Amino acid sequence: MIKQRREVLKTGGGLGVLGLLAAAGVIKPELALAAWNESAFKAGSLEKTLAALGAGKPANSGDISINAPDIAENGAVVPIGVSTSLPKVESIAILIEKNPDALAAIFKLPEGTEANVQTRCKMGQTSNVYALVKADGKFLMAMKEVKVTLGGCGG
Amino acid sequence: MANPMKIRAASKDGVTEVKVLMSHEMETGQRKDSSGNLVPAHFITELTATWNGKTVLEAQFGPAVSKNPYLAFKFKGGAKGDKVVVSWKDNKGDSRTDEAAIA
Repeated sequence: MIKQRREVLKTGGGLGVLGLLAAAGVIKPELALAAWNESAFKAGSLEKTLAALGAGKPANSGDISINAPDIAENGAVVPIGVSTSLPKVESIAILIEKNPDALAAIFKLPEGTEANVQTRCKMGQTSNVYALVKADGKFLMAMKEVKVTLGGCGG
Repeated sequence: MANPMKIRAASKDGVTEVKVLMSHEMETGQRKDSSGNLVPAHFITELTATWNGKTVLEAQFGPAVSKNPYLAFKFKGGAKGDKVVVSWKDNKGDSRTDEAAIA
């Protein structure tokens, strides 16, 4: 845990221009987007990705819903939506367990933005799809299996 | 140069729903071309949406987001005619900014 905290601090210190903007009050610090989170996007497996995001082993939550088809005919375009009734949602991440790199997307939600995002992802094969939500400083997760009949990778 | 995004923003009962369709290859870097060479990764990495200068969404994408990415989200506030601006940046440094008025 301590190591992760250090990494988070390091990333925070490296914000550069965004950090200066934050200091100048142009944008609030919590809204300043760190550079693309390469370590998380290239972490590979679900466990490593969760570790790279500093989420550890998040608890399951029934308050998060994943809006995705049970069976996706085309793995190249799988509509995935995540919504939650949890209060104080800071970020939502979409993870696909069996993709080469599990992390598909991260959304940072400033105050006033509803915890309800939809996008489309590629899935190489049938896999569990996880929604990782950071709410009130805590990580929570939900899972849904999506069966893929035609993979989206390799083409 | 990238093609423009399609942005639709509609306000209803004090909530604005934004739908964005970007035009981008979203090449994963895992695919091989017909002669067996890896096609280099080329995908959108970061996206920011603002309304009247206030950030309403920040996203980071991996190559697992589909080609021509679609994104929908909602935020509180927004009046007809207000501008919603969306900009993205990809891993090759290309970027694109488009805007739409809330309907």
